[in-house]
Amino acid sequence: MSKQGKPVLQAVEIDKYFYNPTKIQVLKKVSFTVNRGEFVSVVGKSGCGKSTLLYILSTMDTDYQGKLHLDQEPISGKPHDYLARIRNEKIGFVFQFHYLLNEFSTLENVMIPALKLGKFSREELEYRAMEKLKIFDMQDHALKKANQLSGGQKQRVAIARALINDPLLIMGDEPTGNLDKKNSDIVFNKFKELAEEFNQTMLIVTHDPEFAAGTHRIIEMEDGRIIKS
Amino acid sequence: MKWSLIIELSKALMFARIKQTGIAAVGVMFSITMFVALLGFMNGLNTMLDGLVLNRTPHIRFYNEIKPNPNQPIDQTLEFSESLNIIRSIKPSTSRLAIHDAEKIIQTLQADQRVLGVSPKISSQVFFNVGTIDLTGIVNGIDVEKEAQLFSFTDYITSGDYAALAQTNTIILGKGAADRMLADVGDVIQVTTAQGNRIQLKVVGYYQSGLGDFDNSNSFASLTTVQKMLGESPSYVTDIQVKLKDLDLAPDMAKEMEQIFGIDADDIQTVNAQFETGTQIRTLISYAVGITLLVVSGFGIYNILNMMIYEKLDTIAILKAIGFNSTDVNRIFITIALSIGLIGGAVGLILGFLACLGIDQVPFETDALPTIKTFPVDYNPKYYLIGGYFSLITTYLAGFFPARKASGVDPVDIIRGK
Repeated sequence: MSKQGKPVLQAVEIDKYFYNPTKIQVLKKVSFTVNRGEFVSVVGKSGCGKSTLLYILSTMDTDYQGKLHLDQEPISGKPHDYLARIRNEKIGFVFQFHYLLNEFSTLENVMIPALKLGKFSREELEYRAMEKLKIFDMQDHALKKANQLSGGQKQRVAIARALINDPLLIMGDEPTGNLDKKNSDIVFNKFKELAEEFNQTMLIVTHDPEFAAGTHRIIEMEDGRIIKS
Repeated sequence: MKWSLIIELSKALMFARIKQTGIAAVGVMFSITMFVALLGFMNGLNTMLDGLVLNRTPHIRFYNEIKPNPNQPIDQTLEFSESLNIIRSIKPSTSRLAIHDAEKIIQTLQADQRVLGVSPKISSQVFFNVGTIDLTGIVNGIDVEKEAQLFSFTDYITSGDYAALAQTNTIILGKGAADRMLADVGDVIQVTTAQGNRIQLKVVGYYQSGLGDFDNSNSFASLTTVQKMLGESPSYVTDIQVKLKDLDLAPDMAKEMEQIFGIDADDIQTVNAQFETGTQIRTLISYAVGITLLVVSGFGIYNILNMMIYEKLDTIAILKAIGFNSTDVNRIFITIALSIGLIGGAVGLILGFLACLGIDQVPFETDALPTIKTFPVDYNPKYYLIGGYFSLITTYLAGFFPARKASGVDPVDIIRGK
């Protein structure tokens, strides 16, 4: 772990406004850094701007002021196509509502970001996707269609998908928010495992205090400001 | 970006809504089928109807017109050259109907690169003597070989043998004329020329062009028979008919030759202007109907793609979140649209061809058109090419706006909106 401690994600004085219906400032000079190997959670009350922040950090929302660095490279104001490639290559996503593609099998869902990246052949990707599924004990469901899985299973596949391109950073928006206690625990344990065993950098937005307590570092937000990090 | 992945994603999206996709493809298929069948049928009819007149009409016809001399003596005198001269009761000058030095003119024309073929002709007014009654008619003296080769003469011989016309004293009667004379093939009829010569001719066949008026008065005999009938020399020719390689050259060439040979020349465009116009308008109407069908099916595709995009907003958002850019999403939906167009179009072309074969089998017999037994169909590959291109163009345009909408989807809106 020679690279341990290098900053992966740096946010510098991020401001964000919503204009509809009236101009409201949702994020006020938000600055923080996530270092390599850190397992960070962002907590705060509903409406404090934590999801908004996550979408800015994810490069999907480009309408903000401030500077954003990913892997020590400034990415604010870059063209959308370039950002799409960065997302594909360096960021893995897990959403609250799992968002698998129902038209495809579990295995294909995991493979799609890697097929898009096009770094390996299809055969090799199939093997790699299977390896990722094995981490989450989902290898037996590889050929099932995504809509045949339960909520917890879907979320595990979604995490496997987030991992397929060996991303620099995994981002999660309430990944356990839509799951019952049992599944929520399974998913949390998987995150924890990724952090401990694979030293995966992760930034998870959650309002589940139990989840947050299990992470390395908690960033607490209120009214668009970071009050504790 | 690899196309294989785009195609895989498009395929998955299409199969997820296989019914709608199928309906859209059937829409395209139906319109292409109709387009091809309609144009094939329309143009088959066009070609046939035009052929009725155009096949038989020379592109340029040379002849001597009986008319008053345009240079009257009074205009030539210096004294009256400045004044307005009015002459009453002018008569045509005594010019000959025969073309002077026809042999040379024919040779010159045949040497011309633009000319496909030349056929001389004699047109002569006669009376057919049927008992005590005389029927007027025209006997055309023709070069049988050339007439068959250039003007599809044989197509219009409904019974008898045109080759027998090569013998002297034989005639092929117009169907209308034959019916009035009650003359069967093999009968001998008597003809009186305008000069008073009487001659016996053997009927060797019937001629039916489909234009009733023409068939009532026109009959055909060989050049030598008519020359003998009229008591003229073998160089006697009243018309020279020219067929060109390119029909559009006719008006210019007619003017040019008129100057050179010093005889009258008519070109096909001037004589048959209304046929060209009719053909063009019929073609225009069939294209308009065909394209309307395609546009309607285009709207069908547009609707279905729009619906698909609303249904698949989640999918689009997730694709964008995991690193697909707008161009990729655009391509996915354009691929869907083009696949619908390609499949529908291809099946449509095949069904269109089958429909044409079907129409071709429908009996269509009429006395006016002796050579036609079934509906005429034009199998020109041009219509299939146009149909194929149009199916792709309309589906592309129908997919263009939905695809642009899909590529503009903001994933944050969708993911947050849940």
